[in-house]
Amino acid sequence: MPNILEVHNLAKNYGDFTAVKGISFDIKEGEIFSLLGPNGAGKTTTISMLSTLYTPTSGDAIIAGHSITKDPMAVKQVIGVVPQEIALYEDLTARENLIFWGQMYGLSGRSLHSRVDVVLEQIGLADKAKKRVKTYSGGMKRRVNIGVGLLHKPRLLFMDEPTVGIDPQSRRAILDTVKDLNKQGMTVLYTTHYMEEAQELSDRVGIIDHGELIALGTQDELTRQVGQTDTLILHIGENEDANALAASLKGIKDVLEANATNHEVSIITPQAENILAAVVSKANERGIKIHSIDIREPNLEAVFLHLTGRALRD
Amino acid sequence: MRKLLLIGLKDLTLMFRDRAALTFMLLAPFLLTIGMGFVTGRFSGNSSGISDIPVVIVNLDQGELGNALEDVFFSEDLADLLEPTASDSPEAARQLIDSDQASAAVIIPEGFTRSIIPAQGTMFSPNAVAPQAVQIEVYANPSRPTGAGIVKAIVDEFVSRVEEGRVSGMTSILGLLQSGLLNPQNAESEARALFKNVEETESTAITLKTDKEGAAATEFDLLAYFAPGMALMFLMFTVSYGGRSILAERAQGTLPRLMISPTHTAQVLGGKVLGIFFMGVAQVGILILASTVFFQVKWGDPLGIIVLILAAVFGAAGWGMLITALARTPAQVASTGSAVMLIFGILGGSFINLEVMPSFIRLISNITPNKWGLDGFTTLALGGTLKNLTEPVTALLIMGAVLFGVAVLIFNRSGIMQK
Repeated sequence: MPNILEVHNLAKNYGDFTAVKGISFDIKEGEIFSLLGPNGAGKTTTISMLSTLYTPTSGDAIIAGHSITKDPMAVKQVIGVVPQEIALYEDLTARENLIFWGQMYGLSGRSLHSRVDVVLEQIGLADKAKKRVKTYSGGMKRRVNIGVGLLHKPRLLFMDEPTVGIDPQSRRAILDTVKDLNKQGMTVLYTTHYMEEAQELSDRVGIIDHGELIALGTQDELTRQVGQTDTLILHIGENEDANALAASLKGIKDVLEANATNHEVSIITPQAENILAAVVSKANERGIKIHSIDIREPNLEAVFLHLTGRALRD
Repeated sequence: MRKLLLIGLKDLTLMFRDRAALTFMLLAPFLLTIGMGFVTGRFSGNSSGISDIPVVIVNLDQGELGNALEDVFFSEDLADLLEPTASDSPEAARQLIDSDQASAAVIIPEGFTRSIIPAQGTMFSPNAVAPQAVQIEVYANPSRPTGAGIVKAIVDEFVSRVEEGRVSGMTSILGLLQSGLLNPQNAESEARALFKNVEETESTAITLKTDKEGAAATEFDLLAYFAPGMALMFLMFTVSYGGRSILAERAQGTLPRLMISPTHTAQVLGGKVLGIFFMGVAQVGILILASTVFFQVKWGDPLGIIVLILAAVFGAAGWGMLITALARTPAQVASTGSAVMLIFGILGGSFINLEVMPSFIRLISNITPNKWGLDGFTTLALGGTLKNLTEPVTALLIMGAVLFGVAVLIFNRSGIMQK
């Protein structure tokens, strides 16, 4: 498949602060590509540059053959954007919102109205389309927010954390919609800080932290970076010294890595069961009470932990 | 252009769905207009609200008609409305106007009466020479258009009554002569008697406001002053409400969403400005329509009204854009807009006629769209037409253009519409 997006050394500075530090990646036509990273990693700034809202400080990106810096109007015709915040007119109905935004993308007449009908069906709001958006639940608003991005059938859809702050049912519906759209041939660039979403949706994942793309590949390729390891998470009390415990655990055989975060100690090991007794014993020796223990098999969280020494949610 | 229109119409739709804003934009000015009507006695017919208009009368004619006109200005009927002073020097009178000490000077030229009523014994003489036409001069003070307009209306009414009487009287006399019903020797005395009647009726021909049925006198309805006064004051709220929507859209994410749609920055900004313009025109239009329907306010020349509304909204929208450009948050626009609305309302004459204000206030008032808009509406209410609106319309258009220019410069510097 040809590349629909090629990002070359894209960077964005705000004064002395560098939000995005010269990242490069590409997305093939028909892919779901996730940018996974914690809050403040630079995901939204990247999407904002790619969607031509922000001018990059340096670098460029080519979308369907058009440069985002030299030919932004052509880029805008090709892309659809679902912003992180709900960007709708709350005093208009869902249908009126879709009609207005469709008109902004150059749709008109019968084709506009039939497209609005299709999108309303797609987002499951056809029967509530005449109600004002302000009367909707958060999940329904999110669905309209997505619908606006789909109206003009974009070849490449940017979705910036579309499931933030919604109930599990709406989240499920949104993830299913993304998969359906991809089946219909739409390429999706999806940003999230939820590891589970990236794992469920993505063909390839880019892990971004502090404005840098620190890993890129398929999920298999990425988890191979940390080897066939398990992650053991110890949850300890608020007043316990997590750093001291992590340091003492590094002496245990088969502990590849031990890192302390807020009231947690994360341990990477080839086989969690083999070190469990020794870990508990070390904690007892230091008088630290363990509240609970999680064992996780290799996943993107472990990759992030491996690469940054921090958990994704930190 | 289509996108500009779509964005503007969307903003207009949103305005009509915002009940709180509608209350402030339409109901509040309407109720305040009613209040001003009661306070000034418009609904009881007791008082005009406009009073003591300083006017200088220079009667160089000293004939019957000149004296009659002078009597009109010094009559008891108009004693509350006018504050006349007599002068015998046209130059001195004009100087008083130029130094802003009076609203207008009425200069009745020598021979005014003779130009209408020939000298004794010459009226029906075959050798009579047609009298030379002379005109009464109304030297108006441009900074006091209401007072000057009322004075001019009084003079116009007088002249039109005299002319009407002269023509109908002469026609009747000639008809009687031709039919033999009137002896030629008595023709002149009969004609003079008719003129005498005309002179005598002038003192009651002019009233400021009357609801009496059949009154043909010049009328100036106070609500034609206060209704636009309130509409223009609350127009300032509307334009700042419209400007605020730019910052509100930025905060709620719809402005960035517009910017990433295939829409140029200029189209987005232009559409927002058009939205403000639509809101202002809708507001003033509805208020004018409502006061016409409910209070029978006579606004004057419809074409002039339309042009004046468009110009006034343009000028006010310039202020709305400037306030928005200088603010950082929608709340700042709201508070600044409300303050400006009240200050401009006072300075611009929405509550008190500017002619009773000190000269420095009148000077400052020139920066307000209220002042120019009110000048225009008063001119139209006093019988003016579109061609008399050159000054207020030009001032409003220049105001709007300059303020839009400054606002766009500030927008560019602050980067609100930029990436």
